[in-house]
Formats: sequence, structure tokens, C-alpha cells
Amino acid sequence: MPLINYIPANLNLRFMKLRHVTFPLSAAVMIAAVACFFAFGFNLGIDFRGGTLIEAQSSQAQADISSLREHLGDLDLGDVQIQEFGSPRDVLIRIGQTGADEAAQQAIIAKVSTALGSEYGIRRVEAVGPSVSAELVRQSILALLLGAVAVLIYLWFRFEWQFAIGAIATTAHDVFVTLAMYSILGIDFDLTSIAAILTIMGYSLNDTVVVYDRIREMLRRYKKMPLPTLLDVAVNATFSRTIITSLTTLFAAMALYFFGGEVLRGFSLAMMVGVLIGTYSSIFIAAPMLIHLGLRATTVEPDVEETGPVPEVPTAEAAIAGPAAPSHAAPSQVAPSQVAPSQAEPAPAPAPQRRPGGKGRSRPRPARS
Amino acid sequence: MLHFSRFKTALILGITFLGILFALPNVLPPSMLQALPSWLASSHVTLGLDLQGGSHILLEVDGAALRKERAEQVRDEVRRVLREQRIGYTGLVVRDTTVQFRLRDPNEAEKAVTELRKLAAPVTNALLGTGNGEMDLTVTNGGDGSVSVALTQAGLNARIRSAVDQSIEIIRRRIDQLGTVEPNIQRQGADRILVQVPGLQDPQRLKALLGQTAKLAFRMVDQSMSPQQALEGRAPPDSEVLQSNDGVPYLVEKQVRVSGEDLTDAQPGFDQQTSQPLVTFRFNSNGARRFAATTQDAVGRPFAIVLDNQVISAPVIREPILGGSGQISGSFTVQQANDLAILLRAGALPAPLKVMEERTVGPSLGQDSIEAGKTAAYVAAAMVTVFMLAIYGLFGFFALIALAVHVTLMFALQSVLGATLTLPGIAGVVLTIGMAVDSNVVIFERIRDEAREGRSAISAIDKGFVQALGTIMDANITSLATGIILFLLGGSGPVRGFAVTYILGLLTTVFTAYTLTRLMIAWWVRWQRPSKLPI
Repeated sequence: MPLINYIPANLNLRFMKLRHVTFPLSAAVMIAAVACFFAFGFNLGIDFRGGTLIEAQSSQAQADISSLREHLGDLDLGDVQIQEFGSPRDVLIRIGQTGADEAAQQAIIAKVSTALGSEYGIRRVEAVGPSVSAELVRQSILALLLGAVAVLIYLWFRFEWQFAIGAIATTAHDVFVTLAMYSILGIDFDLTSIAAILTIMGYSLNDTVVVYDRIREMLRRYKKMPLPTLLDVAVNATFSRTIITSLTTLFAAMALYFFGGEVLRGFSLAMMVGVLIGTYSSIFIAAPMLIHLGLRATTVEPDVEETGPVPEVPTAEAAIAGPAAPSHAAPSQVAPSQVAPSQAEPAPAPAPQRRPGGKGRSRPRPARS
Repeated sequence: MLHFSRFKTALILGITFLGILFALPNVLPPSMLQALPSWLASSHVTLGLDLQGGSHILLEVDGAALRKERAEQVRDEVRRVLREQRIGYTGLVVRDTTVQFRLRDPNEAEKAVTELRKLAAPVTNALLGTGNGEMDLTVTNGGDGSVSVALTQAGLNARIRSAVDQSIEIIRRRIDQLGTVEPNIQRQGADRILVQVPGLQDPQRLKALLGQTAKLAFRMVDQSMSPQQALEGRAPPDSEVLQSNDGVPYLVEKQVRVSGEDLTDAQPGFDQQTSQPLVTFRFNSNGARRFAATTQDAVGRPFAIVLDNQVISAPVIREPILGGSGQISGSFTVQQANDLAILLRAGALPAPLKVMEERTVGPSLGQDSIEAGKTAAYVAAAMVTVFMLAIYGLFGFFALIALAVHVTLMFALQSVLGATLTLPGIAGVVLTIGMAVDSNVVIFERIRDEAREGRSAISAIDKGFVQALGTIMDANITSLATGIILFLLGGSGPVRGFAVTYILGLLTTVFTAYTLTRLMIAWWVRWQRPSKLPI
């Protein structure tokens, strides 16, 4: 017997009530996150700060980091950090940006590789000059903003503006928490971190959109239901899906964290945090936020395409009664026997209806096959 | 939704089959690959430099050096023109990108300007192949006898462009000499060159080869005073002090007697008496003639072999060298002699190149990363498998088949598209193992909802798929938007590899989780005629 059947079907958790707790909590976390940014800053990796990174492996069972530190200290390279990397044999040497000269950087690599000598094998060298790192910073900020704008536009086009704002705010919340994690733990913040942030943005939106989809659908069906109740029903209906998907994604992120190797560790940690926080926020932030954004049943337009041939659709009742209606009214109205006719091809429909002057409210929706 | 036409069924199965077919060469042992036709055997995921090991080096043409060189060239031309036209001048100097001088007789200004304007050449646009009327020099009469010749931005840009083109050609020749597999050398932006060389054992040597301009010149040693005197006092105007690589100063004439451009060949060899490594070279006919003339005039005097403003050696000419060939002996190691020969054969770069960015991964680290990525993928797959079977039973099994096809299709698409799999790309694959079942979960939960509302099993399944599609599309398109931004951000590096797997993963998941699962469940429904849902 699959376990899903033991999960109560009619969960009736009162998530919306909790917003009086979760909103202040999240607000406090946001403020704390921003405080962290200022207090701890970010441990910018060489992608964004410029500098040199050398990963070396000792031929001994254990690398002697203190003697290495002494050795490299004699070279007078400026800001040098040496740490164990993944295993006792592996060391990571980080050398800060020295001046604005790319040639100096290459000289440093040559010096260090000579100093490492035959005891160490160089496994990885990354050197980013000052002008490239400045460009990467610009590109990354641009990418994050563009990502947010692209998603905002899509959501606006597909949903009402309240949903778009809610989704973006929720995503921003998740991104802030993830950034705070980078800041507090001092994990290298580099291009891979930007990839992690964008992926978390995608995941968080994905989670939020599934909940929002259900909310919108219910708004069309239950015009009279008070919004907080309706949101509770929608969140409960999608609750098991939210949890199951979060768990499978979390499994993948955990597998990466524990087995994916040292280079991916920061990325997978960010993903784990992002998945947890994204799940929390899609339930406790995204949905209740709609109450405060002034969403009402009447702000949700009836689904023009699905109502097909029905011309002016003033009320939802009419839409549901239409011949090609989604037959998705309250259960009492739809007996299983009625399903078949509704599956038949709708009568040749005129072009999607546009209400004259109803600007923006009757946008045709992409067809659902 | 549960009815599939024959054609549609065949299409779905066909895509699945093709996916398996094109992903297969990635897991077959090399011995079996040889038995496959070449179009199939070449369907292989390309590993990024961070997985197979190699160097990624971003070079920039040194624009400042190029500007300086061009300005000095123009100054020499101006001097030549003024002398030929017998126009008296004083104070001929280069200021940044402008050559300035003052006429002895201000009345000659018109004549000077007219003659100097003949030096300007129209700038050709490399993209259109035509000029837009812009010249590479502007000559201005400053009044009261001062004249300036300025390099135009358009002219300098054209020079940088052509310097990049030449440099790419020369870099290719140099790297080809290393005998490594398929370097990727491409222009980036206006003045940059990206060099990606896979599977290199000694990246320092690559950089040494790229970092040298390799301008070779044969110049006479000026014996009118000792180098020390020249350093302390004033060197003759036509000579300058250059150092050898071990710091010995030489006073060398500025005039280049024969340059490296006239070399036709250079080979490493050994001195027959001392067995010291050296480089032998051969001139073309022009170079041979000039070299012969130079050496005939200067028997008994030393000449300097200068590479990138460094004296390699300064032998004394014992007898005229008429055969057009010679040898360079410094205190070389075998590899230095080898590399010098490579550099001389490949030719000099038009301008120095600066290493702006370097990312080098050794082959052992790459192999470790692949192994770690594989382990992570297996663990993730195992956890998701157990979980999905436990939660959804039979339907979970359908979802897992869809997941397996999904991963297969991702590899097939990457192989066919020739996309590069990087370490972050592997992370993308592992993550999609967790995320790809989401669409199935959305569908299954929807089916359960419909059943709860009183539908029969079959009707609930049908309706569940219909209702879930919109949600799945919305969710995936929003993720796709961020994926595309990532792709655009990624440049050529590993992050782009992640974006590629992420985007491909989103595309294939819609096919496998939605269409393929629907087909499997439709078959099951037809076979079992279930009256009750298993979930």
C-alpha cells in the first residue's frame, strides 16, 4: 500500500492564521539578513575580487600546511591564505589581488609553482585579473536583475499583478535568506554562487507558481468564499505535492553535498537551504501575502479560452454552464457521467473573445491541450 | 487525454528510442564503440575543461603597446616625408597618440600638411569590407608653424582588430606545435582572445608560449662606447642599451638589419662540439641577401640576436655568412631551444598579449570530479527511487521510468547538440533527478484530488492530467526564464554548462513526466481497467 494513502486527504491546516506569526518572523529574518550583509559582508571569491587560487595535492599522506605557509610567506606575495581542501592531502592556496597588473598575477603563479616544488602536484589554477572580475560583477548583478524582471513579466502576463508581486517578493525573501547564509558562513561567493541563486530563484518560483495556480483556479470556482479560507483550502490541496517535491529535491542536493566533491559543496549547501526556505515561503509567505495585496475573487478574470464560444461572460455561473466549460464546478454539479460530453471538441469557437475596452482583463490565454 | 493515436504512440516511443540510441555511446566501452557507425559513435558528451583537465586562458591584445608602436611608426614616417620634401622642422615628438613638430619656416605649413596627408590611409571596416570614409590619421595645422599628426580612434580600432586576427592565427600555429588535441581559439569582444586547450600536462609552458611576442631582430652591437658609459652618460641617439636574460648590458644599434619576418624555418639542434642545445634557422632569399650584406661589411664585429628586446647572444662575425642559414646559441635547455624554435617558426605576435583570466585544471582533479559527480548522481537516484516507490507504489514506478528516460534524453540531447558537460553541469543533472519528478507529483496529486471529488478512477486520471498541464507549463516556463538568463550570463565557462543541462532538463521533463507517463498510465488503464486508484 503506497504511503501516500496514509497522508490525510483532507488536511485542514489553518496556514493563513499563522501569517500573524510568519510575517513578523520573515520580516525579522530579512532585517537580520541585511544586517549580516553589512556586519559580515561577503567572502567574495576570485571571480568577483580578482586574485589567484591554486589547489595542490601533496605527495605525502598529509600536507604540512604550516611549513607551506612559512615557505610561501617568504615569497612576499601579499595576502596569502592556505587551507585544507576536502582531504588532508589537498590544500587550497588563495592569493589576493596585487595591484592592477595582470602580468604580476602570472609572475605569482610561476613563483608559487616553483616554491611548491616536487612535493606538491598542482591540480587547479584559477587567476582572474582585475578588469575581468569587475566585468563579472557587472554581469552577475545584471543577470540577477534580468532574471527577476523576466519572471515578473511572465507572471504578470500569465496571472494578475498581485500574484506577480507576491511571487517576486517571496523569491526575493528566499534569495535574501540564501545570501545571508553565504554571508554568515563565509562561503566563497563566486560565479557558481550566482548559478545557485538563480537556480533557487527558479525553484522558489516553481513552488510558488504551483500554489498560485491552484489559488487562481479556486478563485474562479468559489466566488463567494472568503479569501483567507480559500487560500487555506488551496494551500492544503497542494500541501502534499509541495512537501514531496521538496523532499526529492532535497535528497538530490544532499547527495551532491555529501558525495559531489569539494568544489560543489558551497553550491549544494546553498541549494539545500534554498529548497527548505523556498518550501516554507511558498506556504507561509506567498499565499497569505495575496490577502494584503488586495486580491479578490472579482479581480480574477474568467478563463476566456476555456469558456470558448460563450460570448460576453458576465458571471462565473454562466461560464461553468457553458458547453465546453471545464466542467470543474463544485462536485455536486458534476456527475461523472457528464464528463464525457465535456471532453468533446467544443463547437468551432470564434477567435478568443476580447471585451471591447476591457483592456488587459481579457487577455487570451495560451491554449491548454 | 488517455487516448493516443497510433501515430502519437509511435512518435513518443520513437523519441524515447532515439534518446536511448544517442545516449548509448556515452556508456559503451571503446571496443564496442568501434563497431558502431561513425555518426552514432561520435554522439558523445563533450567534457568541459574542468572535467577532462586543461587550460582556459583569456588574452587581451595590449592596446597601449600597439598605440605606442603605431605612434612611433608614424613619427618615423613623418620624419622621412619631411626630409624627402626638404622641409625644416624641430621638436618632433610623440605625445600619446599624436605626433607633433614645429616648422622652421611657418610659411611651409601648407606644403607640409598636404604632403603628410598623403600618409593617411582610409580605414576599412572588417565587417563590411568597405571603408566609411574615415582615415587612420588626421593632420592639423596648428598655426604659427606647429603641425600635429593624430592617430584616429577608427584607425586604432582597425589595427587592434587586425592584431587580434593575426594573433589568433599565430597562437594557433604555436599551439599546434605542442601536438595537443583540438585547441579552441576564438575572438572575444573587440580585443580579446579566448584559448581553450584540453588535456595539457604543463600549462606553464603553454602560457610561456602565449606570453612571448617573439619579435626576433639581428642588430649590430655599437662599439663606440662601453654599455656602462652609455648607461651613465648618454647613449648615441641611434643606439640603446639592452640586457641579456642574465642581466648583462649591451649597447645595440636601433636599426634592425634582418628581422624574424624573413625566417623560413627554425629547428632545435645541438652544437656539434659542445653538445649544447641551440636553434638553427634559415632565411628566405630577401633575408639571406641582407644577412650576407651585413656580415660581409662587419667581419670581426659582434652582432646581437635580440628577442623581445632581450639579447639572446652577441657572437662575433668571423666570416661572411652567405648561405642564408645560421644558428642561435644561448645557454638554452633542450626545452627552451625547442620552444624558441616553435616561436620563431610560428612568427611574432603583432602586439604583446596579457593573460586576463586563467582557469587550469589538472587531469587527475577532473577525473576525481567525474567520479564524485557519478556517486552523487547514483545516491540521489537511489534515494528518489526508494522514496517514490514508497509514496506512490505503482505510479511511483511509472514516474521513475519517466525519470530514467528524462536523464537519458538529457544526455542524448547534450551529445547531439555537442554541448559541453562541466562540473556545475553534473550538479545540474543531479539536481534535476530530484526536481524532474515534480511534474509527476503535481499530476498524481491532481488525480487524487479529482478522485476525492467523486470521480471514477479513469475519469480522475484523465481529468488530473488535463488540470495539471497548465500548472506544469507555468512552473517550468518560469524556471526556464531563469535558466536562459543563466545561459546568457555563463559566457564560455562552467556556469554555461550548468545552464545548458538545466534548460535541457526542463524541456525533457515536460516530455517524459507528462507525455510519456500519460502513455504508460493509458496502457495500464486499458490493461487493468481499474475501478480504484492505486494512489
